[in-house]
Amino acid sequence: MQALQQKAKELLESGKAGVVIGYGNGSGDRVRPVFIRNAAEVAKLVLDGRCRQNLSVYLSKPEIRRMGRPAIVAIPSVVKTIIQLISENQLKSKDLVTLVVENNAVTELSDDASLEAYSAGHPVIFPPFAQEEIKTIAAMSVQERFKYWQDELSRCFKCYACRAACPLCYCERCITDDNRPQWVCVPSHAEGNFEWHMNRAMHLAGRCIECGSCTIACPVGIPIGLLTIEASRIVEQEFRYRPGLRCDAPSALSSFKVEDKECFIV
Amino acid sequence: MEVITHDNLLIILKSIVDSGKELYAPQRKAGKTFFLSVKDVASIVFDYVQTTESPKELLFPKVERMLSYKFTDGKIQVTDYSQGQEGPNRVLFGSRPCDAIGMKTLAEFFRQDMPDAFFQQRQDALTIISMSCVRSDENCFCTSVGAGPGDSTGSDILLTPIEDSRYLVECPTEKGKTLVESYKELFEQTGAADKEKYLTKIQQTFSHVGIARMLSKAFDNPVWNEASLRCIGCGACAYVCPVCSCFDIQDEGNNKKGDRLRCWDSCAFALFTLHTSGHNPRPTQSTRWRQRVTHKFAYMPERYDLVGCVGCGRCSRSCPADMNLKEELAELGHSLEEVSQRIEEHP
Repeated sequence: MQALQQKAKELLESGKAGVVIGYGNGSGDRVRPVFIRNAAEVAKLVLDGRCRQNLSVYLSKPEIRRMGRPAIVAIPSVVKTIIQLISENQLKSKDLVTLVVENNAVTELSDDASLEAYSAGHPVIFPPFAQEEIKTIAAMSVQERFKYWQDELSRCFKCYACRAACPLCYCERCITDDNRPQWVCVPSHAEGNFEWHMNRAMHLAGRCIECGSCTIACPVGIPIGLLTIEASRIVEQEFRYRPGLRCDAPSALSSFKVEDKECFIV
Repeated sequence: MEVITHDNLLIILKSIVDSGKELYAPQRKAGKTFFLSVKDVASIVFDYVQTTESPKELLFPKVERMLSYKFTDGKIQVTDYSQGQEGPNRVLFGSRPCDAIGMKTLAEFFRQDMPDAFFQQRQDALTIISMSCVRSDENCFCTSVGAGPGDSTGSDILLTPIEDSRYLVECPTEKGKTLVESYKELFEQTGAADKEKYLTKIQQTFSHVGIARMLSKAFDNPVWNEASLRCIGCGACAYVCPVCSCFDIQDEGNNKKGDRLRCWDSCAFALFTLHTSGHNPRPTQSTRWRQRVTHKFAYMPERYDLVGCVGCGRCSRSCPADMNLKEELAELGHSLEEVSQRIEEHP
């Protein structure tokens, strides 16, 4: 913790960073995102097992961008997200300082190669919630699966916390907000909820880095990340593409190779 | 004063279910607690501080069908659900005093200007049995918004857990009295009891009257920017809130049939105030956060003499970015106080 606070202080004092995006203590035993702009406030930074929110969601927020070059306290899923954002031309590695902490030592991942090396050394952190659930769902028949999702999605009230918590849902105007025409139906009835979550899963297919932020964010406890995780797994299986590993990887959804399978086209 | 034992309470709840009425009570699902329809009273839980969602869905559903149309044999048939409908006969059990106050606040809001038939039908057919709070957590602040852990406002029956698995019984309404009367033999009489000593203590952290006064001078205050930095702009706070009442009307249909639906909406969404012209009077998260707080603590008191918050703390518990309303309001109070002092000193 001290090493991280010291590093943050140096970055802010030297002007290498305008803001350090990290975790601080929050309500009760929770942690919350903090945006440190003043070296005198670095003592607010904490990093422990409670820090699970994917902070890279703030990299695209205009208010944060205006603070200058950001330094970000990166848990492994954040590094993967940054790589994915770079591969999608949303970021350049030189535009931010990625800080990873291991054994109380802080390392700056300052270029594509160091981000990729770190990511390769930290295989997918399969969110604990997902492991058992995925196995259970995989063993279900199609009818059982449909019933499972009907039951889970019946609690959805479309607060869009899943979208808001996801750093890869960075569209300035989401398809569900487009109402001329209304592509995705607004009400959170069964049809509306299925439409929304299927749309989101398809948009995250081959892009979801499996951080689990959407599931953690869901106020009604729907394990919604299972859909995007599974969609990405299918993309990996069928197209040999795994997100969050290479900064120059072409996007699975929008690139074409002659040998691409077409068996899914009906 | 009347008391009832836990076992007798379960007998009443079971009898309500058996009578064909819908009973909604706290039950566990996905590691959280929700008001769900009860099939077996054994599934009702009693050891929760607060349910994840408020019970407002029972009066103001997330999707309400307002009217339908249908073309058959060249004729159009329109059904207006605001007319001549009866609300479902329901009993809500286990709501907290803040929930019951929230439902009363909602009811007063939906009575303004044009009384809302959908809400009224549901409210008329709903009986509310609340449970006083003997536990609270760091997110609770009912005492800062004029309520308390044993407040009976809005409840038809309020139960307060006391020793020996018994509950003190209060019936502030006729609906409550009628229900108790119909199970008379299950209640016992006891002498005067000191209800307060059983209740959780929730320290008042701010004055909602003071906040309301200061908000009128705070529109351009920079305090909103800082507070909303970590807000990710979802609608969780509004949807778990027992008082938030904003909605959107959606028409869904084709040339054969269709529905007009009333759906929950949230001021945290960028689209909420987006004009057709493309102009958005609340273009940033800070302006939306300001709206949320100002609506609840200044506009509602000013327009309806109601506080738009009951201090249940659900928004804080559900916030993916740990926005804590109690803490924000206390800090807001301090910041605004400083600003108004500066204004007074250097007008």
